[in-house]
Amino acid sequence: MALALQTFSTVKDANTALKAAGTRYLGGGTLVVRATNEGDVSLSSFVRSTEPSLSTIAVSGGKVRLGASVTMAAIARHPDLAPLANAARAVGGPAIRNMATVGGNLFAPAPYGDFTVALLALDATVSTDDSEMPIEEFLTNRDGSRAVVTSVAFALPPHNGFRFLKVSRVKPKGISVLSIAAVLEQAADGTVSLARIALGCMADRPMRARAAEKALLGSTLTKDGIAPALAAVGEGTSPITDPIASAWYRNEVLQVHLGRLLLGQIAGMETKA
Amino acid sequence: MAKVPVQFTLNGTEKAEFIDSGTTLLHALRDKIGDTSPKGGCHQGTCGACSVIIDGELRLSCLTLAETCNGTAITTTSGLSEGGVLHPLQRAFLDAFATQCGFCTPGMIMAAKVLLDHTPTPSRDEVVEALSGNICRCTGYEPIIQAVLTAARSNSQHAA
Ligand SMILES: Cc1cc2nc3c(=O)[nH]c(=O)nc-3n(C[C@H](O)[C@H](O)[C@H](O)COP(=O)(O)OP(=O)(O)OC[C@H]3O[C@@H](n4cnc5c(N)ncnc54)[C@H](O)[C@@H]3O)c2cc1C
Ligand code: FES
Ligand code: FES
Repeated sequence: MALALQTFSTVKDANTALKAAGTRYLGGGTLVVRATNEGDVSLSSFVRSTEPSLSTIAVSGGKVRLGASVTMAAIARHPDLAPLANAARAVGGPAIRNMATVGGNLFAPAPYGDFTVALLALDATVSTDDSEMPIEEFLTNRDGSRAVVTSVAFALPPHNGFRFLKVSRVKPKGISVLSIAAVLEQAADGTVSLARIALGCMADRPMRARAAEKALLGSTLTKDGIAPALAAVGEGTSPITDPIASAWYRNEVLQVHLGRLLLGQIAGMETKA
Repeated sequence: MAKVPVQFTLNGTEKAEFIDSGTTLLHALRDKIGDTSPKGGCHQGTCGACSVIIDGELRLSCLTLAETCNGTAITTTSGLSEGGVLHPLQRAFLDAFATQCGFCTPGMIMAAKVLLDHTPTPSRDEVVEALSGNICRCTGYEPIIQAVLTAARSNSQHAA
């Protein structure tokens, strides 16, 4: 079936067009155009909007707003978004990063969605033209979502308070075995006062590791201190099985990698919080 | 289905065509415009053989709809030589035996060109990173990496 592309200057008009059956929003196209190249005939029309706000990065007063069409490459090179550069660089190779958008990453099924794992740990807010919702709620309901996502917003984590790790077999570019992002705050005595941990590939979409977060509160980031969090991190996970790794393998190695992330044993990661 | 117009600059020359809506840039370049230097390896974004440079950025033409390129400047490997003289990257690929079957070569050269445009004297790691979205099933990559480093050296000698 022939495909059509409809381009609108406003998000409002794009939203109206998306009400028609067989339409799908086109971000960078790295997933949807691939799907049509592979023969997905459920689509008859792509819809996109060129509204400038969709491509805007705004950083002020410690708050960040990323338009949904902002690419991974734009995030990786933005001087005010240095803490997120690793997570943006984790997505694909250079050409993919020039195309892959924030909006598309929010919908990417596992093993993709590495940047969304970071956004989940940052407890971002996802906006459409007429609504705002916490990212966790957005991810739960995304399959039924038809509206154009316009932006994501979050508070920049404190210096060294954000950690991100992607485990892959092929370096420097490879699909995730799993990815982990954590926002950690420590009290003056070194004990953890806030922990948000997000996991990629441990379910069909990014998920929070609530039990591990709870176990970490009040603990120190030492081998003994993090042991209860590691013991709890598998709670509620339902990893995917794909050619990269089986669900069993992902569950087996999750503790090891979370341990490395929490203890600051990841090469190139600044660890002093 | 109604045709839609596309218009962009390809290797410095204005191009205007009517295409089916939803046509990929790879298809438009190869089958409508006749520039067969970008190759269709996987059509999935995985191999990089279709890489082109759009407004200075490396893109995969197999996943880019041609209509989204209206008004852009596109560079492909076929536009690199000048007056029959090969671009330093092309020369280096030949000299270093960095091309065997040659299928990956145009994509590799596009990825390398973007790198050298921004980072004229890259480290080996930077070359590896820049080529990480491009697959070669013949060379084992080492000659390609060496070719890019050689081209960078010859560029910097020219500039000196
Ligand atoms: C070779 C290759 C390697 C990859 N490697 C990685 C990787 O390492 N990590 C990773 O996370 N991903 C990876 N991906 C997947 C993909 O590139 C990214 O997830 C990317 O961020 C998807 O964004 P996009 O803009 O290209 O999405 P698109 O393909 O444009 O869209 C994907 C889905 O999201 C919807 N959508 C997009 N934008 C919006 C919006 N603003 N509002 C509403 N719906 C929207 C689309 O309708 C579609 O259903 C890879 C893909 C390829 C081809
Ligand atoms: S043909 Fe485009 S990446 Fe393989
Ligand atoms: S030379 Fe044959 S694929 Fe690279």
